[in-house]
Amino acid sequence: MSDENEMITGIEVPIYLKYNFTAGAAPARFLSQLKEGKLTGQSRSDPGAPVYVPPRGSCPATGQPTDTEVEVADKATVQSFTIVHIPIPGNPIEPPFVVANLVADGANISFIHLMSECDNEQVHIGQRVQAVWRPEEEWDYSMDNIKYFKPIDEPDVPVEHIGKLPVTGLEA
Amino acid sequence: MKEIAIVGYQQSDAVSDAGAQNEVELIIPVLSRIFEQVGITNAQDVDFVCSGSCDYLQGAAFAFVLGVDALGAVPPIKESHVEMDAAWALYESVLKIRMGHADSALVYGFGKSSPGELPIVLSQQLDPYYLAPQWVDTISLAAMQARMMLDRGLITERDMAEVVARSRRNALDNPHAQLKGDVTADDILAEETYLSPLRRSDCCPISDGASAMVICTVEKAKAWGKPYAVISGIDHIIESHNPGMRDLTDSVSTRKAAENAGMGKGKVDVAELYAPFSHQELILSRALGLGDDTNINPSGGVLAGNLMMASGLSRIGEVFNRIVAGDAERGVAHTTSGPCLQHNLVAVLDKGEVA
Repeated sequence: MSDENEMITGIEVPIYLKYNFTAGAAPARFLSQLKEGKLTGQSRSDPGAPVYVPPRGSCPATGQPTDTEVEVADKATVQSFTIVHIPIPGNPIEPPFVVANLVADGANISFIHLMSECDNEQVHIGQRVQAVWRPEEEWDYSMDNIKYFKPIDEPDVPVEHIGKLPVTGLEA
Repeated sequence: MKEIAIVGYQQSDAVSDAGAQNEVELIIPVLSRIFEQVGITNAQDVDFVCSGSCDYLQGAAFAFVLGVDALGAVPPIKESHVEMDAAWALYESVLKIRMGHADSALVYGFGKSSPGELPIVLSQQLDPYYLAPQWVDTISLAAMQARMMLDRGLITERDMAEVVARSRRNALDNPHAQLKGDVTADDILAEETYLSPLRRSDCCPISDGASAMVICTVEKAKAWGKPYAVISGIDHIIESHNPGMRDLTDSVSTRKAAENAGMGKGKVDVAELYAPFSHQELILSRALGLGDDTNINPSGGVLAGNLMMASGLSRIGEVFNRIVAGDAERGVAHTTSGPCLQHNLVAVLDKGEVA
């Protein structure tokens, strides 16, 4: 053979594996409540235990199951954010746009969602926001039922209080 | 060298489909039982945690990281993971204790194989250039191995059927078993062939579930006041990635690992062998030189329920259970990984002193 010098730099070996994936009992409950237009979390049953939104089925701090369901508000506080300037392949949203870590009132950990109807340069930690829901007839088992969060006219939450508000928010 | 003891072992039922449960939800009940068994609150009470799982099984990236949510990892804990059966997580934990970096460890393994097509998923552990692109599945490889055994006159189909029948009958006493029954070899031989020469009963079932173990130094076991078994030897040896490069009718690596683990230094009352296919139990028991005085797979083995990434640890756990129950004084546990018994681990367990 005389092809000693022919360097093979790659071969094409596509891999297809099919799964019937399940999110878990706790995330499934969260998603079915979202379809009803409700944001729900879970906590351990002991009083004052942290509320996780979305729930995974356990309290990661202690490893105990989260067997108590808690409905939280669709108002939230900005815990952190970034302004995306670079288009992401496959993402239909035109940059620049704001992605934020938001803590819903009544919850103790943040989830990630979009912010809009805002001046990107004015977005800041502690800012108060509320969900803008899609029309009810479009609701599915999806976080996408909320189009984005928009700023609301409420005073900023001091950093040390973020993630510690009751469902009724800062005013309570 | 520090003597290491097993002080607790728990496993979930082996079920064909765990339904909507995610990995955390699978692990939590098993961990809460083992914490209760050992008398601790959560992973904060051990020095090290190591798990075994494989993301390919359930088709979720970094699923093992989410599994940490079952531990109680606040404040942070020392934690590690192997993308292998948890028997190797045990091996890592044993090294950790022997090196003096920990006195106790929690080991757990979990697998949810039902979401995918397991024999096809496992084809992706093969050589990526020659074998994986052909999608050679685990059952086909095992069938070729069984064919070689039969054609060389090393076993008969009845020998294989006897292995299955004994597994089904032994599993009657195993509350976690998925397949059990008062079955005879003739019943098995009456079944139609599935992937020749294998019948469906020659193949382990696909199972979901988890298992967990707590190990520690013997001093700590005595301080905890728990019945224990001593891990007097443990070793693992791997063979060529290419099934054509080794004698598939023998398991040289199992034999050598058993020698290194000191199996021959005493009698073996009980053996739990990870044989996902009936003929492989015959290869393993011959490689280990086990005779009639050894009770082989009293749990039913993995033909009764195969928790991928956990059943290897369960083999060791089953031997532990029999030693602390007083049914055996000394036992050997074997775990395998890869196609056709490529990679094998052997652990020798001895009865601890009476507390």
